[in-house]
Amino acid sequence: MSLKKIHKEQPETFKFNDRSMEAANKIVSNYPDGKQQSAVMALLYIAQRQNDNWIPLQAMKYIAKFLNMPYIKVYEVATFYSMYNLSPVGKYFFQVCTTTPCMLRGAYDLVKVCKNKISEKENILSKDGKISWMEVECLGACVNAPMMQVNEDYYEDLNDKKLEEIIETIYQNKIPKPGSYSGRINAEPVNNRKTLLGNKNA
Amino acid sequence: MLKDEDRIFQNLYNDSGADIESAKLRNDWNGTKEILEKGREWVINEVKSSELRGRGGAGFPTGLKWSFAPKEVGSRPHYLVINADESEPGTCKDRDILRFEPHKLIEGCLIASYAVNAHKCYIYIRGEYFNEGQKLQTAIDEAYKNNLIGKNALNSGWDLDIYIHYGAGAYICGEETALLESLEGKKGQPRLKPPFPALIGLYGCPTIINNVETVAAVPTILRRGAKWFSSLGRAKNTGTKIYCISGNVNNPCNVEEEMGVPLKELIETHAGGVVGGWENLKAVIPGGSSMPMLPKEICDNMKMDFDACVENKTGLGTAGIVVINNDQDIIKCMARIARFYKHESCGQCTPCREGSGWMWRMLERMAAGEATPDEVDMLFDVTKQIEGHTICAFGEGSSWPVQGLIRHFKNEILERNKFDPVVKKNKNIPYLVDQHLLEKENA
Repeated sequence: MSLKKIHKEQPETFKFNDRSMEAANKIVSNYPDGKQQSAVMALLYIAQRQNDNWIPLQAMKYIAKFLNMPYIKVYEVATFYSMYNLSPVGKYFFQVCTTTPCMLRGAYDLVKVCKNKISEKENILSKDGKISWMEVECLGACVNAPMMQVNEDYYEDLNDKKLEEIIETIYQNKIPKPGSYSGRINAEPVNNRKTLLGNKNA
Repeated sequence: MLKDEDRIFQNLYNDSGADIESAKLRNDWNGTKEILEKGREWVINEVKSSELRGRGGAGFPTGLKWSFAPKEVGSRPHYLVINADESEPGTCKDRDILRFEPHKLIEGCLIASYAVNAHKCYIYIRGEYFNEGQKLQTAIDEAYKNNLIGKNALNSGWDLDIYIHYGAGAYICGEETALLESLEGKKGQPRLKPPFPALIGLYGCPTIINNVETVAAVPTILRRGAKWFSSLGRAKNTGTKIYCISGNVNNPCNVEEEMGVPLKELIETHAGGVVGGWENLKAVIPGGSSMPMLPKEICDNMKMDFDACVENKTGLGTAGIVVINNDQDIIKCMARIARFYKHESCGQCTPCREGSGWMWRMLERMAAGEATPDEVDMLFDVTKQIEGHTICAFGEGSSWPVQGLIRHFKNEILERNKFDPVVKKNKNIPYLVDQHLLEKENA
């Protein structure tokens, strides 16, 4: 199931709540007068966050009116960019990077774990409805490969065992800690740091 | 190895924190006002004589780019846009600048916007870097509070507003004109050039677009002098660069090194060597996935700077080094990169939209050993049909890695693919138009 496919069951109406409205107005004010169309990407993202991580058609219509632009232009943007989910995803949305740098370090082992522990196919909810997963292209943390993104957080330096632990933690209603899982700090070489040692020891 | 005091990004591993007090201890915002007071001409000339080249992949001289902005502001305002849409596989340097050295970037924005006459600066961050963007926003708020940017920044009389714009997961938006389209709230499809963005860019106004690392390096260059910067590396390839070393190495890492550092030294010293030893090295992609790979023989003596890479028929690109050792299936690795390009093509130009899919499917078959020997030449021909026939450089970016594979590992592909479908083996290939030939009586 592709997330670019429009979901069959659409809500009747969509409206920004107060929090979204405040954020939306702030973003529109970032752009020059008459260029409010620039805010469409951010507004779609706000709508997605408000609506459990997916964008219904009504939200696109609402945003089109909000920004005084044609609905088709909003639809165009929503279908072009890969971060907009047009169908529901899990509350914890696992995006496993499998592009070559991650693949070289075993990203497909992570995919295997996802298939076993979450669902056989991509974008299908797990049994308790909490998690869904998909393969994505490079997430830009290649020196911390293999890695994945869960909602907004990066989980780095994983392997199949660590990923199983993360999934178990979520099944137990706890939120796993983001960041590196090999115990290293950021993007420094593990046990082999030869630069900026003065700063490290300071 | 480069001396620690010559490294620009002192907080690359976040030893001391990204907040403004720690940043000031690292010399950020020191004497920025004096730099601005020396005038626009001086700033541009100093950057020109430092020979700083853009760090985003193309390596265009930064000072020259800034000098393209119209000298006087006409009826249309000028804009500065920072490209933080880092999506090239193998590259993750901008991420660390955004989260650990945001003040270097903001200070660079102030200087750059002054040099190109812009009062508004947009920083386009890829959507996945949400947390990094929040950290940058915190730093921008700090800068506003301390009057480092905003109205009459640093009492220099210069106004500057900085805004963050998040992308939403499109690799192509790293291309500068696609980025502008995206910033205007449209699909990220590149524009034809000319007109170049320096004259007609964001909202039709003159716009200068720079990579994060380029702009973040400028304040240090101006503080320490162009002479210092150009004394590192060699002529036309000066200064330092953050290298991202990933793949089959023992300690993958980001490290700032001098331009022209030998590739072997980078891998052996900083990244702890290739898994299984240097002899186990198969190939290296030197500059992010768009650049052709190099076999071990070339890697032995290769230097990492713009011109040395071009001499070896590849490019420095973003300096995202992906190391591949003998345990990997090299054709499969390339097939995965081809799939990346197939996924990320914006679909505007036919050669790229269709060709990237072609390359992926052919490589997948070659990895499985299902191709015929003459298909290797056909694949090379396909890459030549894409390269140079598209609006933006994505065509080159998607076809060069495949060309690199064929250039250096053609024999390996041929060895695996001896399949002759039509005459010798009666194999069912659903998409073959001449399927009837497979039936023996027709052959």
